Amino acid sequence: MSFSLDIPTTNSQQPAVKYMRLSGLEPLVVTPETNFINVGERTNVAGSKKFLRLIKEERFEEALDVAREQVEGGAQIIDVNMDDGLIDGKAAMVKFLNLVIAEPDIARVPIMIDSSKWEIIEAGLQVVQGKCVVNSISLKEGEEQFMQQAKRIQRYGAAVIVMAFDEVGQADTLDRRIEIAERSYRILVDKLHFPPEDIIFDLNIFPVATGMDEHKRNALDFIEGTHWVRQNLPHCSVSGGVSNVSFSFRGNNPVREAMHSVFLYHAIKAGMNMGIVNPSMLEVYDDIPKDLLERVEDVILNRRDDATERLLDFAESVVGKAKESKVDLSWREDPLQDRITRALVKGIDQYIVEDVEEARQAADKPIEVIEGHLMTGMNVVGDLFGSGKMFLPQVVKSARVMKRAVAHLLPYIEEEKLLNPQVGDEKGNGKILMATVKGDVHDIGKNIVSVVLACNNYEIVDLGVMVPPEKIIASAVEHKVDVIGLSGLITPSLDEMVHLAKEMERQNFKIPLLIGGATTSKAHTAVKIAPQYSEAVVHVNDASRAVTVVGDLLQKETSASYKERIKEDYGDFRAKFMNRATHKTYKTLAAARDNKFKIDWRATEIVRPNTLGIQVIEEQDLGALVPFIDWTPFFRSWELHGKYPDILTDAVVGAQARDLFADAQDMLKQIIGKKQLKAKGIFGLFPANTIQEDDIEVVLSSEGNAEEKRFIFRTLRQQLQKKEGVPDYALADFIAPETSGMQDYIGCFCVTTGFGTAALAGEYEKQLDDYNSILVKALADRLAEAFAEYLHKEVRLEHWGYAANEDLSNEELIRESYKGIRPAPGYPACPDHLEKLTIWELLNVKETIGVELTDSLAMWPAASVSGYYFGNPEARYFGLGKITEDQVADFAQRKDISLEKAKKWLAPNIADD
Amino acid sequence: MKNILEILQERILVLDGAMGTMLQRYSFTEEDFRGERFKDWEHPLQGNNDLLSLTQPEAIAAVHRQYLEAGADILETNTFSGTTIAMADYHLEDLVYELNYESARIAKAVAAEFTQKEPHKPRFVAGSIGPTNKTASMSPNVNDPGFRAISFDELRIAYKQQVEALLDGGVDLLLVETIFDTLNAKAALFAIEEVKEERHIDVPIMVSGTITDASGRTLSGQTAEAFLISVAHIPMLTVGFNCALGAKQLVPHLEVLAGKASCGISAHPNAGLPNAFGEYDETPRQMAEQIREYVEKGLVNIVGGCCGTTPEHITAITDLVENFAPRKF
Repeated sequence: MSFSLDIPTTNSQQPAVKYMRLSGLEPLVVTPETNFINVGERTNVAGSKKFLRLIKEERFEEALDVAREQVEGGAQIIDVNMDDGLIDGKAAMVKFLNLVIAEPDIARVPIMIDSSKWEIIEAGLQVVQGKCVVNSISLKEGEEQFMQQAKRIQRYGAAVIVMAFDEVGQADTLDRRIEIAERSYRILVDKLHFPPEDIIFDLNIFPVATGMDEHKRNALDFIEGTHWVRQNLPHCSVSGGVSNVSFSFRGNNPVREAMHSVFLYHAIKAGMNMGIVNPSMLEVYDDIPKDLLERVEDVILNRRDDATERLLDFAESVVGKAKESKVDLSWREDPLQDRITRALVKGIDQYIVEDVEEARQAADKPIEVIEGHLMTGMNVVGDLFGSGKMFLPQVVKSARVMKRAVAHLLPYIEEEKLLNPQVGDEKGNGKILMATVKGDVHDIGKNIVSVVLACNNYEIVDLGVMVPPEKIIASAVEHKVDVIGLSGLITPSLDEMVHLAKEMERQNFKIPLLIGGATTSKAHTAVKIAPQYSEAVVHVNDASRAVTVVGDLLQKETSASYKERIKEDYGDFRAKFMNRATHKTYKTLAAARDNKFKIDWRATEIVRPNTLGIQVIEEQDLGALVPFIDWTPFFRSWELHGKYPDILTDAVVGAQARDLFADAQDMLKQIIGKKQLKAKGIFGLFPANTIQEDDIEVVLSSEGNAEEKRFIFRTLRQQLQKKEGVPDYALADFIAPETSGMQDYIGCFCVTTGFGTAALAGEYEKQLDDYNSILVKALADRLAEAFAEYLHKEVRLEHWGYAANEDLSNEELIRESYKGIRPAPGYPACPDHLEKLTIWELLNVKETIGVELTDSLAMWPAASVSGYYFGNPEARYFGLGKITEDQVADFAQRKDISLEKAKKWLAPNIADD
Repeated sequence: MKNILEILQERILVLDGAMGTMLQRYSFTEEDFRGERFKDWEHPLQGNNDLLSLTQPEAIAAVHRQYLEAGADILETNTFSGTTIAMADYHLEDLVYELNYESARIAKAVAAEFTQKEPHKPRFVAGSIGPTNKTASMSPNVNDPGFRAISFDELRIAYKQQVEALLDGGVDLLLVETIFDTLNAKAALFAIEEVKEERHIDVPIMVSGTITDASGRTLSGQTAEAFLISVAHIPMLTVGFNCALGAKQLVPHLEVLAGKASCGISAHPNAGLPNAFGEYDETPRQMAEQIREYVEKGLVNIVGGCCGTTPEHITAITDLVENFAPRKF
């Protein structure tokens, strides 16, 4: 790539050149010769799912490998970001950076400390000896804060990224970019004497070719803005995240790669000298086909009115070509076994009946087709999946093909049996009972594991959801199963599993027990479940492992030694876990209350909701929810890990993610078009005050009725001993106490998109289509979450109205950048499910919209979300962590329930000893 | 009187030599260290050289005087360990203010005496700020690389006390020296900036790192240039290196600084590398001959001595630099 940089010419006061100098253990001087500084962003919890998972699981050693790979891969700066609702960002930043500093092969490069929270940035600056880059500050909260932060950054000795963002909003035109950049620069350089060479502007790279006129100049405005900045604001740098520009072509890599190259070519020429670019998503500028290049340049530089349409047409032809090659039918000429194998591996069910019929006619007995042709194909699927070359959605599609093939053969097999009754049942690899435990309604994970096991020739006895323990035991005996698999998503299910293990022990069962589901963990399995049952208990949280685990458990040769190993492993794990647990110390509840999070209520403006009382949404338009969908967890439920939309272009799972995404889009269109799911919601906003430290009293006054009804939410308070100065949070801290004399407010809600899910999924199951059945359920879950997000926004903007001026993108919503929170009972800030009962009573949820609570307080239909609204800007998500007996007793007393009951419900959060 | 920045443009200034080496000649006993005031102190005090400013002030003043007689332009206060962190070993944290204040006062009085005698050669006092005995970016435990024995804020607060006392005692400059962990130095510099802002004053700052061995890096792993970049956000009178190496071994690293820094350059090396007995035996003449390379190449603005150097070394250096122009900056 060739380009020339416009070095700002000297004016009389300024020396000719001042280069930005950064340092890790080694220097990095940004000069015209360094061309373009590539910032690595895999050590960013928002940019890398893998990194997020490693940090969440405190696997810092492996997280360091991510950093090392980036530096080895050529990153000249590493961006470190720990902004995630479920991470203590400050602690994680400090810990990770301390470890990075100890690794000379990583620490040689400068570090970009990336956070939207100033306290995290400052904590990072305090542990790095080199000269870092702070990412980022802006005029968003006004000049005073901007100057304060800049001044401290200067004192710590760091360069700074300034976002083109001010009190009004994000700069989205050329004029606004120039206006904000110039204003920021003048404040920094003139008022604070901030070294201009240490200023990096992020001028906001936004997508082009979105179909909207106001986006047409997005790339050009950035490029022209960059040029202006480099010409008029001496010595500073310009940076940005490049992949945004091609956002509307996600899924079409040739076009995206060309767009990135063209954009960079022009942006670098204009003076962009650093940024985040994925090197694998970059075409060599000179290698872009001329016709594509012309169209891409038309779009990037906004050279024609119809540029977007022309590129879209062209892009379709690029995709079209790819599609054509997909429907290449030459494989139909291949030998029969190859065709069957291919159909299974590729998940193509179009020709399977035809091929299986051909095989049947050639075989002596129909069963041979299953044992021969189909199993040969499924073994290939199993091998590919086991070696990570196939992904879960593909395997589920393979299963669909398999089921259809078997369905075609079954009548012939029955017929054969009648002819030769002496031939016994053909025995598969083994029989596995699968069930979601009593009180729990979530079954996506369980179904996926079932399908994958079935693919591997295990017979599945699926008892469905909310299965009482007696039924599990009875069915296991009746079907003579070889393994029992239990699944659960909510915390009370953990107790159910413990109960079932005890019951299996009592009844002298000898078969292994598998534990899986979102709330389960190896720790819980090892510490709480395994000791209850003398036989093997194994925690299996993904489908690919399930196959090997079940194989090892049931294979006669390996079974005994494997079980022994498992017992030993879990024993060790338990011992280690117990040791670890003893390191933690807890405060008394009283001490924690003394150290509560204190809001200065006299300085707080409490916004009275525009509408008080309860409102019902009888039928929510599903289409309006689609933009609010957070797709990342959708992919995760299919065991495809990565952040959306990057996952669509991921080198490993990208192709698979795109296929799945396309299927999901089709399904979504169908669901919305045919109104196959029904979305309902209810929410209320009420006067409330905190009473007796940790309780929130809510006043419900029905109209025309002088009588007030009072409800009380009991909140739980953190007790883990923390660093001095860090408060011990409870949700009650975010509501003004009665003693303040101020009237505060709270909200709560329940939304569902689950009505219709079971019927639709059931229909697909009847058609032997597990793939679409699972897809429907996964989408219903996403829609419910999207509904909650959507409604929260409506509440913030209108019904409560405390954030009427908010303007956040969907990505920002997912990152929870909004003011106020909507914590849900059963989740980290309030893990106690019991409060759902209070919400149900207060809003009259069941009677009004029909969402019910099970014995374990799971919501039914499963695709439902409920929670509270807290509007105070200081309100934040936190994790309760473990609490001690004194709080459990206090909670029981406040709630007027028995200590035993309190212990049962709070069990997962009670600290051991 | 000209200010030090102006004088630095005209000639190379000489910093004094080692305080510790000179104090060893007195062979002070535990009782000498304690003096009358600390005779009942519950913890041993021998080896706490900073304390001698209170218990043997005449000896400290005498050493200062010898260095000025030898030709030094700048005295370092006897406060290398004058922080609550370093004084914790002796349980003398509460004395930090007094130690720094008195040390500064003693040095300032001696310097004033000489300036009055020889107004054409004004003498300056640099408040010596050592690295403390803890590191903010390294773990003392090899098995726990993420652990830190001290935080930035703890260092900042300790340094701030020292800086305030030194300034109250009358120092002309501040010298953050023997930096083996740049993060410690950044905390000291942060504290100095805070004090400057609070008192509405400007005070010249000298910053001096330590390259620990032939790797050419600081103990915390930075190259000379990375070190420079990491402290360059603070306005500095000079940046340089001291300790650990002899004059000769410092040359390549001083060349890096001289080529990149926009402020003055300082160097106060040891009298060679220690011999098998841990003693420094490079003679004044040998050391001066090596420093000749600095001045011939125009690398420095301030030179002096660290461990093992004596007034004789300083005389040799003073005689040498008289004939050379300072580095332009």
